[in-house]
Amino acid sequence: MAKDPVLVVFQLTGGNDYLNTIIPRNNPLYRDYRKLVVIPEGEEIPIDDDYGFHPEMAPLKPFWDEGKMALIHGIGYENSPRSHFRSMDIWHTCEPDKVGTEGWVGRVIKTVDPNKDNVLTGVNFGQGLPRAMALPGVPVASVSDIENYGVLTGITAEDQRARALERFARMYSPAIGRGPVMDYLGQTGLDALKGADILKTAPEKYSSTVEYAATPIAQKLRGIAMVHLANLGTRVFYTQHASFDTHASQMPGHQQLWKDCSAAISDFFADLREHDAADNVVMIMFTEFGRRVRDNGSGTDHGAGGVAFAIGDPVKGGHYSEYPSLKLEDLQEGDLVPNYDFRGFYSSLLEQHMGLDPTEIVDGTFEQLDFIRK
Amino acid sequence: MAGKDIALMAHLMRRAGFGATYEELEARAAKGYEATVEELLEPDANGVPEYDELTLARYFPDMEVPSAPALGTANFMYHLYTTPRPLVEKMTLFWHMLFATGNSKVDNPPEMLQQIEMFRQHGMGNYKELLMGVAKDPSMIFWLDNNQNHKLAPNENWGRELLELFSMGQGNYSEDDVKMTARAFTGWTILPKIPRTPYQRHHWKFIYKAEDHDNSEKTFLGHKGNFNGEDIIDIIVDQPATAQFMARHLYNYFVADEVQVPSWLDFPPRDPEAVNAIADTFVKSGFEIKDTLRFLFNSDFFKDESVWFAKVKNPAEVVAGTIRLIGDFKEPRPGVLPIGLEGAYQGQDLINPPSVEGWHTGKEWVDTGSLVRRVNFVADSLSNADMPGVQAIINRLGSNDTLTPEQLVDGCLELLGAIRVEDGTRQQLVDHVKASGEIKRGSSEDEVRAFGQRVTEVLQLIAATREYQFG
Repeated sequence: MAKDPVLVVFQLTGGNDYLNTIIPRNNPLYRDYRKLVVIPEGEEIPIDDDYGFHPEMAPLKPFWDEGKMALIHGIGYENSPRSHFRSMDIWHTCEPDKVGTEGWVGRVIKTVDPNKDNVLTGVNFGQGLPRAMALPGVPVASVSDIENYGVLTGITAEDQRARALERFARMYSPAIGRGPVMDYLGQTGLDALKGADILKTAPEKYSSTVEYAATPIAQKLRGIAMVHLANLGTRVFYTQHASFDTHASQMPGHQQLWKDCSAAISDFFADLREHDAADNVVMIMFTEFGRRVRDNGSGTDHGAGGVAFAIGDPVKGGHYSEYPSLKLEDLQEGDLVPNYDFRGFYSSLLEQHMGLDPTEIVDGTFEQLDFIRK
Repeated sequence: MAGKDIALMAHLMRRAGFGATYEELEARAAKGYEATVEELLEPDANGVPEYDELTLARYFPDMEVPSAPALGTANFMYHLYTTPRPLVEKMTLFWHMLFATGNSKVDNPPEMLQQIEMFRQHGMGNYKELLMGVAKDPSMIFWLDNNQNHKLAPNENWGRELLELFSMGQGNYSEDDVKMTARAFTGWTILPKIPRTPYQRHHWKFIYKAEDHDNSEKTFLGHKGNFNGEDIIDIIVDQPATAQFMARHLYNYFVADEVQVPSWLDFPPRDPEAVNAIADTFVKSGFEIKDTLRFLFNSDFFKDESVWFAKVKNPAEVVAGTIRLIGDFKEPRPGVLPIGLEGAYQGQDLINPPSVEGWHTGKEWVDTGSLVRRVNFVADSLSNADMPGVQAIINRLGSNDTLTPEQLVDGCLELLGAIRVEDGTRQQLVDHVKASGEIKRGSSEDEVRAFGQRVTEVLQLIAATREYQFG
């Protein structure tokens, strides 16, 4: 039986610097604009004649070499507001013109599991729920620490907690006619309990030779691997790493960020492959915006237009869309001009990987790219 | 212990504040209900100290002029759980939830805190003056694009929300009225909109640009004239729909959960008589918010037991109420930032509502993720016997020679603020205590500690009940 496709959404929070991530190594303008916040010539990891990865992305290079990494260039939307929060909202809600509240991942979960058969169809790893997953009536588990997740986790004595949870389940069991809000709370409580009960089995079943780093992002991806490997029917995972908001001291800061992320992603896929569980997984990475073309002497300010990634066995590697022009006359307010709508990126994934109709999820029809293998 | 007065006082303090310890409830009940309402409404006249601004500034200077949104959120939350004037903060939160302005777009936390401060200073004053303040508030102007509302190119964002969300509500004006409102507010803008540097945001300032104001004649709700923004607000405030809409908001916030605001046109109020009575008082007082609140808190529909616990607590109430109950942060200590973020993790990110419609309230506060979060937060807090508020509950229960399981459960419910639970829930709690064996106070250190654990075990479980999610 074919495995259900799985999507891992990895958010680079803060605005990742496109120019120093996928370096236009043969474009002299790059070194004209970037005097201090620049990858020294020859230190980038060559992708081809024109581009190179940030030096700390070495663990990701094999994905490119194997044709399992797609780079989506110049991704963004018109009139980029350059505010973190507004920009992130746009990515989360697919509403570039007005303030939206429904998350696109929430809509994916609702489409995949309209009857809420599985309370773990969508799982977030991190504190609090990202707006991308917020949709009234859609249950989502939000886990900050998988080995200590659930209701009443503050009770450390095991038998005492077991008794408290049993009591919790009885107190939340719906009785007829207790009123709509009490009944709703009852169902929600039981859903939460069920989700936690099932999730608890993941670390118990898990064993792997992969040793993840102790960094927060590695631990989150390890949690995702555990849940995925436990076959709990989760179809969308979400996580994020911060902060890519490198206004100052970018050189050491950005280096550390990519070092941690690259190692974590490489370990994650190694773990999945070790368990023969990578073939149905696509990870995407996005950020709310790229950064200013010219550096500010120490870091880079908020810009527009960035790069998104799709990584995994189902991915057909390569460059997609185009690296926006760096020519001065082509910049807008000192920023790149995005040339590919992010909703097309989502649409491609949803239709070609997840097998869903993207129209309602992203609210419209947008140009798709063919970075998923047929 | 117990008694009707305390239970009613607990209801008042949950609604007009963020709950109270049992000792505070007793002291207030001794003073009397009406006297307490007066003290909440008139803190100056009753010698209630002001919020201590200097302590936060001294210990957490980066929260006074926050460089990052979370610091601003923590500042607002700190006010909620430390203020000696709970109703002032409760109204500040009310206006923040109604005139919902989000830092997601404003991207200027210090300016957002200025708006919150305006609600704090004028939130119990006159509604018309408050509306004028909101119309000139730089965060609001930027949030609803009035800085892009020009004589030759009107932008309707502010005009529409002023009518739809901030005064009359849907169905009481035409699309033409929206256009006229937008034109009347042309030239109301902000300076300077300097691009921010990495580590600093500039305060903005309201200015009126006469040269960008549309001076032509306008027709608005049947009135004709060369209206400016002030004239529009004068006309709006006099509309019966405005009094109704604001009255229903006050009912929804202070008395009992209504359906979500966008459905108000289609669903009548839960208690139309009460809403009419609030609206009447509002109009007769000349739109004085304090007078309206005085009427509300002293009215029978507010005191009636049928509306006790008829609201799902919002996350700010959960967080601030818990901190006040356990007596944490009597002195500044590290942890102010995570406490501010706790509201966001539970679904209410202060100074950053999801949209101009504000947060959806009532049962929509609760989903699987937020329920786990709020239950764990409250249960963990109430199980910390080092906290003075928890210690007080343990000591008080420990003053009895013997306690039956029923007495322990009822005592915990009472001391948490006269909490009411359904019979089935109470029975579960009692059964739970019974299953853990006999309750002994004892006098040795171990015995005292063991007794404390028996108490906190019950407190934790109460925090986890469905009933405790209501306020």
